[in-house]
Amino acid sequence: MMAKYIIQRIIYMLITLFIIASATFVLMQFLPGSPFNELGGKMTAEQEEILLEEYGLNDPVPVQYARYISNMVQGDLGVSFQYDNRSVTSIILDRLGPSAHLGAQALVIGSILGIILGMVAAIRHNTWVDYSSNVIAVIGISIPSFVFAGLLQYYFAVQWRIFPPSFWEGPIYTVLPTVALMIFPMAICARFMRTEMLEVLGSDYIELARAKGVSNNTIMFKHALRNALIPVITVLGPMTVSLMTGTLVIEQIFAVPGIGEQFVRSISVNDYPVIMGTTMLFSVLFVVVILVVDLLYGLIDPRIRLTGGKD
Amino acid sequence: MDDSILDVRNLHVTFDTYGGKVQAVRGVNFSLKKGETLAIVGESGSGKSVTTKALMGLVAKPAGKIPKGEILFEDKDLAKLTEKQMQKIRGKDLSMIFQDPMTSLNPTMKIGKQIMEGLILHQNLSKTNAKKRALELLELVGIPDPVKRIDQYPHQFSGGMRQRVVIAIALACNPKILIADEPTTALDVTIQAQILELMKDIQEKMDTSIIFITHDLGVVANVADRVAVMYAGKIVEIGTVDDVFYNPKHPYTWGLLGSMPTVDSEEEKLIAIPGTPPDLIHPPKGDAFAARNEYIMQIDLEEEPPMFKVSDTHYAATWLLHEDAPDVNPPQAVKKRISDARRNKSSVEEVRD
Repeated sequence: MMAKYIIQRIIYMLITLFIIASATFVLMQFLPGSPFNELGGKMTAEQEEILLEEYGLNDPVPVQYARYISNMVQGDLGVSFQYDNRSVTSIILDRLGPSAHLGAQALVIGSILGIILGMVAAIRHNTWVDYSSNVIAVIGISIPSFVFAGLLQYYFAVQWRIFPPSFWEGPIYTVLPTVALMIFPMAICARFMRTEMLEVLGSDYIELARAKGVSNNTIMFKHALRNALIPVITVLGPMTVSLMTGTLVIEQIFAVPGIGEQFVRSISVNDYPVIMGTTMLFSVLFVVVILVVDLLYGLIDPRIRLTGGKD
Repeated sequence: MDDSILDVRNLHVTFDTYGGKVQAVRGVNFSLKKGETLAIVGESGSGKSVTTKALMGLVAKPAGKIPKGEILFEDKDLAKLTEKQMQKIRGKDLSMIFQDPMTSLNPTMKIGKQIMEGLILHQNLSKTNAKKRALELLELVGIPDPVKRIDQYPHQFSGGMRQRVVIAIALACNPKILIADEPTTALDVTIQAQILELMKDIQEKMDTSIIFITHDLGVVANVADRVAVMYAGKIVEIGTVDDVFYNPKHPYTWGLLGSMPTVDSEEEKLIAIPGTPPDLIHPPKGDAFAARNEYIMQIDLEEEPPMFKVSDTHYAATWLLHEDAPDVNPPQAVKKRISDARRNKSSVEEVRD
């Protein structure tokens, strides 16, 4: 049952990815300019013609499309137009590491802190603890991360010299960008968790648990937490992707060689294969995360578990 | 009263709200005998649920408080116990069945685990023994195929079956007192009858005392030994089922009986009690029912009526029972109800005999 469901979902995922790949290809045709524009002054028309021929850009669009798709199916994302024939895969892998590292760190720490914050706020609801966690959450949601990034960099790196201000040379270099990145997921989780927890704590089944003589701690962790987590997981899914694939501004501020920064550069110089490759990577991550979230739901909430319905 | 297991004396419960302090329960007195079923009836907001929450120590803090009164159970005053001490009593000596079975089970926990939780907590049973006992309980409350059902989640059960599970949870540790807060209100009529039958059965088997909260007088006649009628946070009439149904003394009880539909009531319309219950933030001076009372007297507005004794088992708080009060009889419609009910009852008994 479960295996059948997963296989079905994977087939849908492949169809989705095919549509995304085709759409990106079509959109790419509308991008103004050619990959070799930048070198325009230094190249004769003849040289440019040779390059276009070499990369197959003179072929009719359907031929290019067919070639692109068939290469992709075989796992070949092509060669960059910009980096001396480096393969797209190697460029992406090079750049993905730091982004994924930062994103994972920010996501794990941010969401755990947020969940704790939201839980504490709900338990101590309408006290100063609740109010201050609310203030933190509102600040985290409404102030963009680059403002925090700037402030963190100024105080912790420039003024107090606790952490290095930029670059990517070791764990200590990840601290400031992680903190800047994690504030948003933390705030979102705290908000959701507080609301959900309050709702769950007011529910009849929690009262029944109390009526059984269950202690408060057991009620919190065994009865309430699991039920309150369900909606939080929904927001965590898409957030994972956006964090793992890097936030351009944060990477720029801390000079992190991540994929977000690479993506924007590729667009501005019409490096088609890299744009396509990166888009596909984001898409794959996204659909995988959605699948994982759906499976997680089933793990946490038996009502949406797939094996067997009402019987 | 030596055989009483629970004595509630002058119980007060208040809730702090933005509008002011709500006096939800304003001096409730009653005792519960071993093995009896006491029904508490009254309209919404009369304080019947709050009274039982107070017994269980489940009045929501910090807004809810018990400023006055005693709840005497086995030489202990439950009103004075700490939360930790109450946790040892809840689910063991006193347990509760809730109104809505669709929401009172944890949706992410197997029902077996929900039943076993109390057993492990209060009776120190091992997991295996707790499971064995849970299976017995499921059998007892009439759930078919317990071995399979014990590992299922609440959403795999129908409403009536869920209420059976809730009852199994409540019965797990052989409680001395079982509080049922409108246990059949959310169920459809055929299931209601089954659940009532089950509760009567269980009471016979386990000799538990039951406090049965309801606003359905039909249910009361069916299950209870004694009835307490609550109005505006007080008990206004208390007595055996026969006392209250066939010889009601309080005009509010008359109103309740008059507003109860019966099988042969097609020719008459239902009589509603005029007006609305008083505001319990500022309870009125005198008798709280005065504003809705057809038989109002000057003293109703000035002084609260005490509990007048009608018989050894029957008490009512209305000035109409004072020796100086005029002789007032229940309205014709209510009298007719009473005589109809009597006739029905005797005919039922004849059939039974």
